[in-house]
Amino acid sequence: MNRIDAALSTAADDAILDTLQRNAFQYFLHATNPVNGLVADTSREGSPSSIAVCGFAMACYPIAVERGWIPRADAVRRTLTLLRFLRDSDQSGSVDATGYRGLYYHFLDMNSGQRMWRSELSLIDSALLLAGALVSREYFSEDSADEHELRELVDFLYRRVDWRWSQDRGAAISHGWKPESGFLNYGWEGYSEAILLYVLAMGSPTLPASGNCYAAWTATYQWENLYGQDFLYAGPLFVHQFSHAWIDFRDIRDAFMREKKSDYFENSRRAVLVQQKYCELNPHGFLGYGTNVWGLTACDGPNDGMSNVGKHSQRHFGYAARGVPYGPDDGTIGCWSALASLPFAPEIAMRAARTMLAAYPEIMPGGMYSSSVNATLVQQDGRAWVSTGHFGLDQGIVVMMIENYRTGLIWRLMRGCEYIRKGLAATGFRGGWL
Amino acid sequence: MDNIDNNIDNNIDNNIDLNINLNINININLDGGSDQRSAALENRSVTGAPDDMYERHRLANVHPERWINPKPAATYGLLIIGAGTAGLVAAHGAAALGAKVALVEKELLGGDCLNVGCVPSKALIRTSRLFADMRYAHQYGATVPQEIVVDFPRLMQRMRAIRARISRNDSIQRLTAAGVDVFFGQAHFLDEHSIEVDGARLSFKKALVATGSRPNVPTISGLSEAGFLTNESVFNITKLPRRLLVIGGGPLGCELAQAFCRFGSDVTIAQSWPMFLPGEERDAAQLLSDAFARDGISVRLNTTAVKVELSGTEKIVHLVSDDYSSTVVVDAILAGTGRLPNVEGIRLEAAGIEYDNDGIKVDDLLRTTNKHVYAAGDVCLEHKYTHTADASARIVVQNALSLGRRKLSALVIPWCTYTDPEIAHVGMHVREAREKNIPVKTYTVPMHEVDRAIVDSEDEGFVKIHIEDGTDRILGATIVARDAGEMINEVSLAMVSGTGLRSIAKVIHAYPTKAEGIRRAAWAHQRSYFTPLVQALVKTWVRWMN
Repeated sequence: MNRIDAALSTAADDAILDTLQRNAFQYFLHATNPVNGLVADTSREGSPSSIAVCGFAMACYPIAVERGWIPRADAVRRTLTLLRFLRDSDQSGSVDATGYRGLYYHFLDMNSGQRMWRSELSLIDSALLLAGALVSREYFSEDSADEHELRELVDFLYRRVDWRWSQDRGAAISHGWKPESGFLNYGWEGYSEAILLYVLAMGSPTLPASGNCYAAWTATYQWENLYGQDFLYAGPLFVHQFSHAWIDFRDIRDAFMREKKSDYFENSRRAVLVQQKYCELNPHGFLGYGTNVWGLTACDGPNDGMSNVGKHSQRHFGYAARGVPYGPDDGTIGCWSALASLPFAPEIAMRAARTMLAAYPEIMPGGMYSSSVNATLVQQDGRAWVSTGHFGLDQGIVVMMIENYRTGLIWRLMRGCEYIRKGLAATGFRGGWL
Repeated sequence: MDNIDNNIDNNIDNNIDLNINLNINININLDGGSDQRSAALENRSVTGAPDDMYERHRLANVHPERWINPKPAATYGLLIIGAGTAGLVAAHGAAALGAKVALVEKELLGGDCLNVGCVPSKALIRTSRLFADMRYAHQYGATVPQEIVVDFPRLMQRMRAIRARISRNDSIQRLTAAGVDVFFGQAHFLDEHSIEVDGARLSFKKALVATGSRPNVPTISGLSEAGFLTNESVFNITKLPRRLLVIGGGPLGCELAQAFCRFGSDVTIAQSWPMFLPGEERDAAQLLSDAFARDGISVRLNTTAVKVELSGTEKIVHLVSDDYSSTVVVDAILAGTGRLPNVEGIRLEAAGIEYDNDGIKVDDLLRTTNKHVYAAGDVCLEHKYTHTADASARIVVQNALSLGRRKLSALVIPWCTYTDPEIAHVGMHVREAREKNIPVKTYTVPMHEVDRAIVDSEDEGFVKIHIEDGTDRILGATIVARDAGEMINEVSLAMVSGTGLRSIAKVIHAYPTKAEGIRRAAWAHQRSYFTPLVQALVKTWVRWMN
């Protein structure tokens, strides 16, 4: 792993990206249980596995092969280990199973694979897991026994998902389900990362989501003019990134984007400008915010009660989906999220990445991005508050979005996936590479 | 009466003076006050409120003790059941048009709004804002007193004084002076053209049912036995509950939760939905959640109260959120913040008037299934607000008495939840418009872009104005700001008058005002017409001219 220091911020773009991308990938090598392939949610002691992080891991292995970081056989072995575990795990939906109806509980025990923290059967996290599996299915296309098995396993896992069941309350897909209490009382409201979920749910050849579920969801969209930008509003930056890690939304449009004469990729570019403008305005007066320090997103944060910082006595929110312009905002920035916007606004994202690396070298413990920094909350040593350890989602999105910016590998692989193409068609996407 | 009125006005002024003096005092006065006031609080009026001069004055206006119902006329041009906002507006309006009007009221003139709704709640909210302002006074350069007294009996007394003063507008004296025959008693229909009240038969050519609504108390095991407050009883209390659970995150629940928190109660609010104010903009609900948390309210979203146990004077409430159970121990519970239409006890069937759990069925002209009988206000409307009751009553008067064809659907209805910040809305939400296949574009101006909001350190919130994309037509708006209820009226005026958003950009707004947020939204819309082609043409023109 390459050591990170402030000097990196002055290196050439390629050198910076090489270092950050490779370092981020190291997370998956260190945080994986070799017995079952499960990947830890965070690097913290006792962390469970997150099924979403497992999905990111499967998408990152092909990148690592392409870049020569790990041998192809190693990547296949890692992926196969996880897929076999998923195939064989308990799908009864009991309180300590691994999943139900082809979907998975959000957090699993790293060793047993059983449900942890009474977590929900998560639709979006299952989608991220399956998207990662589909990336591996597209990449590992050689005519070997292992890669045959890998592709068959992915097909099996994707096809067995009962997406219709997830439409508990009519048209829209539920957020999740718990064995103790049934479907969660939440719905997908407004634009979010769920676009990937809907594409996968509509693309299934076996038990696809039925009816006009996508239209029901997009009916909750809000097209806003904010800070001079016309865009499909969502506050947290990750919303404008997570589906884009897998699907190339350039020039393809659904009914909503046709109406607005835009596309989701361009929308994410404008979301970057909105984030940048918000941090320039810095309405709460937090330290550090500015033209090149932005990135309010889902991330860890301080949660130690109130402190007298900024304009008011400031509450802290711990892990939360921070967003602009309505918050929550407690002065915490997910530095990695600026870099994860690289494909949409390369120059702005690189400037932000450089600025934050120079200003806060402590955000890169072990060479990898920590989840977040809060410069307003100064520690006893005079340094900014920095989240402890690393989060798998942050590393995964960094690896994938740098790759998409540099080679478009993941986008290219998923363009070849018939399930993705079918799902996009079913949700009304047309044009461009479709 | 004039002397009494003056006396009340003077006492209200004195209360304000006393509240200012509280700045230098200390402690939350839960149940105290002077001995004199405590003695006064021992007696209760028939309404359950403390029997003081304000209460007696209110009752003299809205239900005189020795009132004798008049001898009925042979036939009434308009007979009205229910003397809340809709009934009173219709009575005065019809009488002014020359109709012979009877108004029947079971309890108090003025209905919920005056007696147990808007008026008393806003009086309390005003006081609660004062306490909030005092707590944040250091931001404005003031030295915050070490201790701030919340004299609960006195602030409730202020509320009663204000209520008594405003009750003059709804008084029986005004009605009789207008020529309205006022009957107190439970009315019920005898047939399609007559009712009975207090043993007398009243016949009518046209009638209006405006019986309003009542609290919808949730069915929770043990709640009745433990005792609970609703909007009908909470304004009668004289002791601030140390710990209060508010069940329900609708407008009234949110308003009173915040007010009581600011008075010093330890408030928990349990809302069964994942956010407050279902139906409002999610961003508005998010800002409200943040504001509640700042105030110190314990917010329990996606949480249902399932059982209440009484232990001494404490109420132990069992809460469930998905699969998580917890308990909260409180001294009082405020429940029933939803509303149910009052359709029982008036024998609507006898007049052929259909109704269901949502209220009396009316057409767009507000006619019931009996073509001679209309309905207005909470008993039939989805939007149960004083101003919609008022507007619907005016429709009924015109349609019933002068062959009018005014339609309910043509109304532009604003509303406001008077939390801090306030949440005001008018017209369509984005979702409604999109479901009607209307392309929508929203111009959003965060209040932190509005100079006056920054100057006042009140920059939480936003102005969102929704237009039909590609046109100038305003579909609706949501404003979250400390003065959102005042600000929304500009958008309502534009919508009613058919004024497009670009025209608002042409209106000079006094600077600095928070309404400038509306103009900034209009400017943003104006700029959208300044396309690259137009910009190029303008530049060419200017260069050529210069």
